[in-house]
Amino acid sequence: MIQTPSGERSAPESAVVSVRDLRMRYGDHDVLTGVDLDIHAGEVVCLLGPNGAGKTTTIEILEGFRIRSAGEIDVLGEDPASAGESWRARTGVVLQSWRDHPRWTPRRLLAQLGGYYAPYSTPDQVRPWDLEELIEVVGMSEMADRKISTLSGGQRRRLDVAMGIIGRPELLFLDEPTAGFDPQARRDFHHLVHRLADLDNTTILLTTHDLDEAEKLADRVLILAGGRIVADDSPEGLALRVAGEAEVKWTRGGERFVHSTTEPTKCVRDLFVQYGEEVDDLEVHRASLEDAYLTLVQQHEAGRVDQAAQAFEEVTT
Amino acid sequence: MNPQASLKVHAVRLGLRRGRVEFVQSIRSTQDQWFYLFTAFLTLGYLWIRRDADTGVEGLPFAAVALPSILGGLVAFGVVIGPAYSLAMEKEDGTLLRHRAIPDGLVGYFSGQLLLQTLSLLPQLVVILVPSFLIFENLMSDPSGWFTVLWVMALGLLASLPIGMVIGSLVPGVQKVGTWGMLPVMVLAGISGIFYPIQQLWGWVQVLAQVFPMYWMGLGMRSAFLPDAATVQEIGASWRTWETVAVLGVWAVVGAFVTPIVLRRMARRQTGSQVQAAREATLQWVK
Repeated sequence: MIQTPSGERSAPESAVVSVRDLRMRYGDHDVLTGVDLDIHAGEVVCLLGPNGAGKTTTIEILEGFRIRSAGEIDVLGEDPASAGESWRARTGVVLQSWRDHPRWTPRRLLAQLGGYYAPYSTPDQVRPWDLEELIEVVGMSEMADRKISTLSGGQRRRLDVAMGIIGRPELLFLDEPTAGFDPQARRDFHHLVHRLADLDNTTILLTTHDLDEAEKLADRVLILAGGRIVADDSPEGLALRVAGEAEVKWTRGGERFVHSTTEPTKCVRDLFVQYGEEVDDLEVHRASLEDAYLTLVQQHEAGRVDQAAQAFEEVTT
Repeated sequence: MNPQASLKVHAVRLGLRRGRVEFVQSIRSTQDQWFYLFTAFLTLGYLWIRRDADTGVEGLPFAAVALPSILGGLVAFGVVIGPAYSLAMEKEDGTLLRHRAIPDGLVGYFSGQLLLQTLSLLPQLVVILVPSFLIFENLMSDPSGWFTVLWVMALGLLASLPIGMVIGSLVPGVQKVGTWGMLPVMVLAGISGIFYPIQQLWGWVQVLAQVFPMYWMGLGMRSAFLPDAATVQEIGASWRTWETVAVLGVWAVVGAFVTPIVLRRMARRQTGSQVQAAREATLQWVK
């Protein structure tokens, strides 16, 4: 990714979110040391990174829930730190539910919360979402009239999503949306995110520490490590960049050999031309994005934050 | 009306609907029904056991003196502890954060809380007043006293509710409401002339008690229920009506100015990570 000093590159017209040199410091601990990112209308962008890399801090600053230490931010044309209620009406936040509103039913609660969006309805963007249709979309028809306290974890999560999108947001924030999900709930949730992005052209920013999830959901993946964005590309693009180096292993006459190369096919061909049948136990290992990411996470967790970020940048640029 | 104001009115209206729904949910819940029955049982039991106790006024039964004091104390207790618990709880469980994420949601949330806490007084009063009037005689000396009951309750509510909301905003967690809310209010109930005349206490304790709304709510209630002859038991041998209005009024005015500021500051600090931290703290009982 090309790093530019703040303000030098102006955000393109279609940028829904534009962040330049965002910094966050808690006490004397720097969590974000200069984050730059752009998100365009209709994109599904995944902010990926190890636990503790600052993903939640970043998304909470963009949501306007947290005040940044420094940097320039533009979300839907306003600064989230000072944006008003009409800005709020255009954004959606999917929060983690716990035990709030236990005595309400999903239908009643959605009707109540949806009411706040009615004054912000426009002919282009009718707000709030039609209640019955929304309940159908998130797959809650059968439990819409049950007490919320009786819902299972996965069912509650659907309700969280419904509450996040009821105002038909132009921009939706999802922080670790599938934490604690079983595989089925996860699949349902991914399906729902795709549906939102396709049906309503909603711009979505979500955080996760799960690479697999990022690859499945995102048009673009931003990897956050060492307080800044160390990679910014489509999942396929990232995988291609990382795949540059490959490792070729073989044995000859009982001896073991390892060779690193950018051209594994040529290396193997040469090997056979030179030694023919003597070559045995041949293995070609292409570095995957997963390997690169796992290394990043391991180094990050071992406390070597800067090396982790640097090493990852070297692999991907 | 300008568009900004009409948006707020819209949010207040939604909040009031929320308060009504929550009130209906509350009186339908067995948990809350038990709480009301429990306070009624305790109050009536106390009045019954001490029914022959001397009141110091000729011909005045004990229940007639004790009931209004206890009502005043219960109302003061309820409108402080009720919102304190509600707010501390809903800060932790994410209810407040959800309202922060929607346009004018906080305006609605707090309107709903005000209505809910006010309405919650009704069942409390009914479960105590109805059986008391059936069991005991000569409780209300003059029917015009009901008017006094109304204004003392209304003013007491305005004076005490903000205290509860501020406590609920400031406490770091639900478990701390006991220390910072319940305990001081209990102590206050002990020194505010609810269970025995305040003159039996040391002078400085009497002064302290008269700073807070609870004493005045008890006094106001007694002035509503009792004949004027009963003033011999009171400080200055008077119902001190103007002083009651003044003290409760000052609390109400200060509360009306301070509470919105405290609430706004507290709400601004609500984040997802905070709710998450509270959740983890609750799961981890032993620290």
